Amino acid sequence: MATVSVKDLVLNFGSVKVLRDLNLNIPTGEFLVLLGASGSGKSTLLNCIAGLLDVTDGQIFIDDKNVTWSEPKDRGIGMVFQSYALYPQMTVKGNLSFGLKNAGLPKAEIEKRIERAASVLQIEPLLDRKPSALSGGQRQRVAIGRALVRDVDVFLFDEPLSNLDAKLRADLRVEIKRLHQKLKNTMIYVTHDQVEAMTLADRIAVMSQGIILQLDTPTTIYNRPANKYVAGFIGSPEMNFLNGELSGAKANVFETSDKKIKLTSYEFSDEERNNGQQAILGVRPEQVAVADQATAMPVTETVEVELVEPMGADTLVWSTYAGQPFRFRMEGTANVSPGDKVKIGFDPTKASLFDTNSELRL
Amino acid sequence: MVDSALNNAAEPRGPKPKRAFSRANIFIYGTLLLVSIYYLLPLYVMIVTSLKGMPEIRLGNVFGPPLEPTFQPWIKAWAEACTGINCDGLSRGFWNSVKILIPSIVLSILIASVNGYALANWKFKGSETFFTILIIGAFIPYQTMLYPIVIMLREIKLMGSIWGLVLVHTVFGMPILTLLFRNYFTSIPEELFKAARVDGAGFWGIYFKIMLPMSLPIFVVAIILQVTGIWNDFLFGVIYTKPDTYPMTVQLNNIVNSVQGVKEYNVNMAATLLTGLVPLVIYFISGKLFVRGIAAGAVKG
Ligand SMILES: Nc1ncnc2c1ncn2[C@@H]1O[C@H](COP(=O)(O)OP(=O)(O)O)[C@@H](O)[C@H]1O
Ligand SMILES: [Mg+2]
Repeated sequence: MATVSVKDLVLNFGSVKVLRDLNLNIPTGEFLVLLGASGSGKSTLLNCIAGLLDVTDGQIFIDDKNVTWSEPKDRGIGMVFQSYALYPQMTVKGNLSFGLKNAGLPKAEIEKRIERAASVLQIEPLLDRKPSALSGGQRQRVAIGRALVRDVDVFLFDEPLSNLDAKLRADLRVEIKRLHQKLKNTMIYVTHDQVEAMTLADRIAVMSQGIILQLDTPTTIYNRPANKYVAGFIGSPEMNFLNGELSGAKANVFETSDKKIKLTSYEFSDEERNNGQQAILGVRPEQVAVADQATAMPVTETVEVELVEPMGADTLVWSTYAGQPFRFRMEGTANVSPGDKVKIGFDPTKASLFDTNSELRL
Repeated sequence: MVDSALNNAAEPRGPKPKRAFSRANIFIYGTLLLVSIYYLLPLYVMIVTSLKGMPEIRLGNVFGPPLEPTFQPWIKAWAEACTGINCDGLSRGFWNSVKILIPSIVLSILIASVNGYALANWKFKGSETFFTILIIGAFIPYQTMLYPIVIMLREIKLMGSIWGLVLVHTVFGMPILTLLFRNYFTSIPEELFKAARVDGAGFWGIYFKIMLPMSLPIFVVAIILQVTGIWNDFLFGVIYTKPDTYPMTVQLNNIVNSVQGVKEYNVNMAATLLTGLVPLVIYFISGKLFVRGIAAGAVKG
């Protein structure tokens, strides 16, 4: 079992700064998900940890050993790629044994490890097939197997499920989680899919433009996003953002058009607040209560339905609140159509308040 | 209205009918036929002439089939025709060409494929500059380099020998072959290469165990380019070798252009066909792979 630490990591491609002074500490056995939009530097970070890219500056430690200059094979890592990256001319067995043969392991040991990995991943019947004769899901299983047989303490996944269709993705996601519970090794998992991140992670690192914006548990990231970008990136449909300003002696009232929302019991962060400061209040569509349940909420309002998006389990309703677009969720069975009036309400203590300029959580 | 359209039995249904002899088809096939005749007619004339005796040729019926087919011209071209003092026909040139061709191909393709692999997958400081210089090399006119190479070969005592010519062919094949291999290897997904590195394979391990087995088509393309290029080469052959080591093309020229005696058209035709046989055979064997390789190189990911 191993810890992974990244210290002051910098990576430039020529003049393009891809990773800037990045720090990350991953304790033994943690499932860490790197989440971010495409181009945010997730794969680059993963490749640096794997030793597939030379870092421009900084250090990388695996199991407290400085591996900054070590070859990938000497770092005690296994890696799974988005495109599976199976060697096409080799059978599944050949793919699994390639790394072990390179490491000079005895034949009996290789057989034993392949057998074990194959049974864990249920790919025994496929061992003699070529990758071209496998389905996408089977290929990715084999790719995971290739990391598994290496008997390493750290697993690196680079968007392993992105090339699979929705159903297979859900299946394999559960399997990866099960695998982690069983092996208890350290996993670093790159994805741009927030559902994967939320369901798999012990902690999520949200990345954007080469820096980590927030590193925390999925619940905290969802409920207390550190800034507006994270708030908008996590959660679907996206959070509603209301522009306004703070007022009151303690700057604990949020004013937007004619509405005054009291934030008396809101848990403010340590950021400085002033009376009259421009701010944004973020309210998740699923935290908005409707009709009878709305009555009990501290903030209530009757709004007009503008657009309805039925999604099966629930229905997304578009409307306007305080002169700004506002979406909220209703039951899947709710029978509303554009023009209807609906009573809504929400609890501002569960909302998120951000500074308009710095976009940091207040 | 919808109903009436649905019920109309005359509405198109099922596969769209195609006419076998549309005007476009006739035009296309006609053009193709014309072009093939244009290319095949000279070949036909060569074959029939090479099978005729001299008396029959003197009758002047160029397109007529041989009345008394004879293989004598072929035998003479291969084993008896005189070039200078040697009277052993093209056979000497053939074997010289083989001795030049095989090491040239093996060397140039081995080196170029490793070059291309290194440039595609193991980028080093200045690798792009190195590649650019190599490519520029391909555009320098040969003529400017002919004499400097004579001097260089003389200095390393390879002037006039087969190995000197092998060296020249290897060097001159380098830019285009490196480009070919580099582009092909760049089209192989990078993640495959990364996976192999995590699996502990090194520079040569990845080359031999991962890249080579995936690259058969591009090797076939390289072989065909080199076989035709080197086999058909005349300029380097005539400059850097001597009569004993002349390649087949130079010897063919000497036979065809010999000024002594009567012009033996049948022998000349047979000699020319013999010389062209090797690239032809290579094309026939590997035509399909060639197309696949070219296509694989073209659709770079
Ligand atoms: N080999 C490279 N050369 C130059 N820029 C690169 C290279 N690889 C990635 N980049 C750039 O680095 C940034 C981060 O890329 P990447 O780590 O692949 O993002 P992600 O995996 O989060 O989608 C992107 O803007 C990309 O354009
Ligand atoms: Mg990526």
